[in-house]
Amino acid sequence: MESLEQIRERLLARFPDAALTVIANPGPAGQPSLLVGSPHAASIAAFLRDDPALRLDYCSNVTGVDWPDREVVETIKRTVPPPPPAAPADPSAPPVTPKVIEEKVKRHIPGYFEVVYHLYSMALKHGPVILRTRTADRTDPASLPSLTPIWRACEFQEREVYDLFGIRFTGHPDLRRILMWDEFKDYPMRKDYVEPDDYEWEPTPHGAVLDKARRHYPAPPESR
Amino acid sequence: MTSPAAPSSFPSGLPSSPGAHVRAVHDDFHGDLLEVSMGPHHPSTHGVFRMIVTLDGERIVRLKPVFGYLHRNHEKLGEQTTYLASMPYTDRLDYLNSMTNNWAYAIAVEKLAGQAVPERAEYVRVILAELTRLLNHTCLAGFLLQDTGCSGTPLMYAFREREKILDLFESLSGSRMMCNFQRFGGCRLDPTPEWLAAVRQLVDGYGRFLDEFEALISGNEIVMARTQGTGVLTPALAISAGVTGPMLRATGVDYDLRKVDGYGVYPRFEFRVPLGAHGDTYDRYMIRILEMRESIQILRQALRDLPAGPILDPKAKNRGFRPKPGEAYGRIEGPKGEIGFYLISDGSPNPFRYRVRPPSFVNLTILEDMCLGQTVADAVIILGSIDIVLGEVDR
Repeated sequence: MESLEQIRERLLARFPDAALTVIANPGPAGQPSLLVGSPHAASIAAFLRDDPALRLDYCSNVTGVDWPDREVVETIKRTVPPPPPAAPADPSAPPVTPKVIEEKVKRHIPGYFEVVYHLYSMALKHGPVILRTRTADRTDPASLPSLTPIWRACEFQEREVYDLFGIRFTGHPDLRRILMWDEFKDYPMRKDYVEPDDYEWEPTPHGAVLDKARRHYPAPPESR
Repeated sequence: MTSPAAPSSFPSGLPSSPGAHVRAVHDDFHGDLLEVSMGPHHPSTHGVFRMIVTLDGERIVRLKPVFGYLHRNHEKLGEQTTYLASMPYTDRLDYLNSMTNNWAYAIAVEKLAGQAVPERAEYVRVILAELTRLLNHTCLAGFLLQDTGCSGTPLMYAFREREKILDLFESLSGSRMMCNFQRFGGCRLDPTPEWLAAVRQLVDGYGRFLDEFEALISGNEIVMARTQGTGVLTPALAISAGVTGPMLRATGVDYDLRKVDGYGVYPRFEFRVPLGAHGDTYDRYMIRILEMRESIQILRQALRDLPAGPILDPKAKNRGFRPKPGEAYGRIEGPKGEIGFYLISDGSPNPFRYRVRPPSFVNLTILEDMCLGQTVADAVIILGSIDIVLGEVDR
């Protein structure tokens, strides 16, 4: 199978205004992925499925990833030019080497939601090609294009991503909660999900549980 | 059989006339639709699973599966514990196939960390995976026959053999079903020669059990009349819907990860991939019987060639395990289909993202398509032939 860069080149030739980025995988697995801008996601997916050299007819895995806001500390090396000499230069003095300063710079990466598709070909028996789509930020309602019209395998899995991550898939034929019950409000797989403390008071040896229960229930009235 | 065009042979309103008590078929076969909620507590649903079935007469015109009753957010639990601590949780996904669940998770983590596996462990993994396949397919054949109304006997025959395999698992890992046996870079324990001799004995006798089972079932006229032509799945829909495992191969699509990916030491063994021709319930039953016969062949070869050596890579670090940042998707051919794990590491002891690709869950996508136009009784055996385990569907 051709490499992801070659696939990207061919996709750019077919969809010149599409946003396509190859995301490298730093780990030893060596599975890079292709980040696709949402406006072209459905047409690119259809191209990947129908292209005779790729024929990615099988969408194996669909999942969401919640990337919260991150602060990345990067070390930047900077050379400081030496100060100009006050006195006229002494030719016998050693040349002044420029100083190298290491600076730690904090970089703020805003959070986003991501949906990952693992594509394989049953006809040509190759893969995986990993597609990703991202939202701009983590504000609700987050929405991304659905690929269920391309691969039926996405139907339940996209419903699950909607259920657990709260990403709305535009174009999904039947977007309902699938694992949680319909009346449930929150999205449990988000990183900032706080589980409700609606359990009953029970003496417990675990300090953390006890503290949480004390916070939840008001203190018993003092007996007179 | 009366055709729907001539319903007048049964005057309506008489208590003895067929369907007099069901409004849907009462007035000249053009009655109201009837909505039936099957489950969640019903013996045919293999756990807590519900189907909202809309019926026109006896025919299904709409079917919506409802599940999640066993949902415990397995993926969140995986993100809150270390890599190794998730291993016993994978047993609880598909509690029939804990050995293959362990292996799929181990393969994903080994990909993520670039961990090598010693040869002996690869062979032991194949032996355990094929024993699991025997166990799962035997159970499925028994349950499917139970669903068709063949009460008791086939299921008990199947469970008799299943117990023998579970005894082997217990003597090896200490637990019948929650084996927790694989580690990153090998297996937890080394099988003893006595255990291997017991496996050899079981493998030698298994073909005879299959012969006995098939003599009773496979050519049985009632079984054939009941299962042939019900729940037909076309290859095109199966591929598009991501159906994997025996269900896919029953439609005639040649896609077996043991051949395609060639993970572990599977390329060293000679075995065939059975394929169906019709994609109906009978084919799905038959594929499993044929796969069991191939599993016996693989087991014979693996037991014959099992090399000596370490069972766990000496460099493997299971405790205090922190893979480098990156991501990996590892998958194997489980008895129910492709079971995969998708992991993202951020360098901490816990996975940043832990995702299970459950075969039962994805295979359920086309339940409605297979059931449309069939009767309620057929929906039961179609669901049975998909082979779901709710612990894995709901996670």
